[in-house]
Amino acid sequence: MERLFNTILIGVSGGSIYSLMALALVLVWRSTRVVNFAQAGQAILSTYIGYEVITHTDNYWLAFPIALVAGALTGALIDILMVRTLMKRAHSGPVAGIAPVIATLGLLGLIRAIVGMIWGGDLRQFKLPVSNHGFTFGHNTIPFAPINLLIVVTTVVVMLIFSVIFQRTNLGLSLRASAYQPEIARLAGIRVDLTRTIGWAFAGAAGAVAGMLVTPTNYLSPNSLDLLLVSGFVAAVIGGLESLVGAAVGGLILGISLALVLEYISSSLAFPVAFVVLIAVLLVKPSGLIGAKRTRHA
Amino acid sequence: MSGLVISELNISHGAIRAVNDLSFTVKPGELAAVIGSNGAGKTTLLRTLSGLKSAHSGSVEWNGQSILRKKPEDLVRSGIVHVSDGKSVIPELTVKENLALGGIWRKDKKDVALATAEAIELFPRLGERMQQSADTLSGGERQMLAIGRALIARPKLLLLDEPSLGLAPLVIDQIFQAIKALRDRHNLTVVLVEQNAMGALRIADIGIIINLGKLVASGPAHELIDNPSLRAAYLGY
Ligand SMILES: Nc1ncnc2c1ncn2[C@@H]1O[C@H](COP(=O)(O)OP(=O)(O)OP(=O)(O)O)[C@@H](O)[C@H]1O
Ligand SMILES: [Mg+2]
Repeated sequence: MERLFNTILIGVSGGSIYSLMALALVLVWRSTRVVNFAQAGQAILSTYIGYEVITHTDNYWLAFPIALVAGALTGALIDILMVRTLMKRAHSGPVAGIAPVIATLGLLGLIRAIVGMIWGGDLRQFKLPVSNHGFTFGHNTIPFAPINLLIVVTTVVVMLIFSVIFQRTNLGLSLRASAYQPEIARLAGIRVDLTRTIGWAFAGAAGAVAGMLVTPTNYLSPNSLDLLLVSGFVAAVIGGLESLVGAAVGGLILGISLALVLEYISSSLAFPVAFVVLIAVLLVKPSGLIGAKRTRHA
Repeated sequence: MSGLVISELNISHGAIRAVNDLSFTVKPGELAAVIGSNGAGKTTLLRTLSGLKSAHSGSVEWNGQSILRKKPEDLVRSGIVHVSDGKSVIPELTVKENLALGGIWRKDKKDVALATAEAIELFPRLGERMQQSADTLSGGERQMLAIGRALIARPKLLLLDEPSLGLAPLVIDQIFQAIKALRDRHNLTVVLVEQNAMGALRIADIGIIINLGKLVASGPAHELIDNPSLRAAYLGY
């Protein structure tokens, strides 16, 4: 019982990171209908910038907001310089849908190469911002450590901030209207291009947070977040790709399932398990757990 | 010259000329009905007036200023508000959120609140359904919501694309009466695009009849109604 409980706690911590990555992917998908492979690159670049701040100031708490802002700026720039232009140039035909996606794939390679040129390929490590020794109750130490608590709490805070923005502010209403019906949004006076760029910036920030949270218990290298991108996609699709709640739930389901399999079956199954979970969810609910209730006009 | 002045307007969809050498004028405060059957070019015309579609040639002026090549989000700010055909609400949002969209760009939040209250007074059904998703509304209620949202932007020129489409006669009547009441109360200039010729001409001051993108006839609405040759050919009653 205790073993199960501990495993679930670890799953929640791992799943939080997947949720953040899923959130980053969902935000971009909703605002521009682009599957953004570059997100792993954006997150790694932001995390290296955070790493740079840590090496100079020895202060994780300063590095965190700087990485977040760097992530937001990178996201906004990618939209303005690349995605917007591509979508305007190719707006119909089979190429229109796929061109921006391929472009993000190329961009992922480009960012990785740039990061490799600046920081080299060797593995680096963050100094831990808080302890990774499990909490102790009496003479009982559990695997869930302060660093895991930091991950979970930060994720909850990020999710809450985004829900408030989306549900309670005019900016959130603009973001939703532009995602669902860009033409009606324009007729209502919303600057849809700008709104989409803000969506990309939010996504970049969320990805940066994921990178800054996962790296302390891991290594940093130009492709150390690639697996997280895959988990993020799986979590986003489990959650239906459209909703923030879906991203959170998808991440948790994936995190907990992985933790259970690692603990009770075998650690070599991690990668396949993600896809087994994905396929199982999609077989039961083809539109994802929190999928669109109705077909949306594209 | 004030009002809406359209001269020698040509609009194309690729090789198709959807609006062909069209000229007409709507004076300030006038309610103009633009009548034509399927494919006449009515929607194309409205989309150009609201900035969604660019024109091929010709000119469109609103109160003396050219509005061609301006973006819809800017035209809204100068009072030109377009209620597009049929699907002009966002079904994923609630009624309240759809209404809020109408005033989202406006700084004067007091007046937004006032305009929202006026819209609900005009269409009390909306008030009863504020928290519902717009997806659950009937066709007539959706049209009320779309018009209500437009009003919250405090339009000076209101462009309506077939508000009667798919509605029951009683509801059509209600919508038309509301349009007329709005025009009277706020002194709006209205371009009402319709296939329902009789209903639209009854509330309109002037009528513009187009066919295959070309002007067929224009003049005071009551004269068009009484014109026997138009009746048979274009008005369909
Ligand atoms: N996006 C488009 N691409 C190509 N042709 C178009 C497009 N939109 C409209 N057309 C063509 O332009 C012409 C005018 O269409 P439009 O939609 O303006 O007519 P309408 O008067 O609004 O008709 P309805 O009463 O059926 O709505 C038609 O021949 C139509 O096929
Ligand atoms: Mg039409």
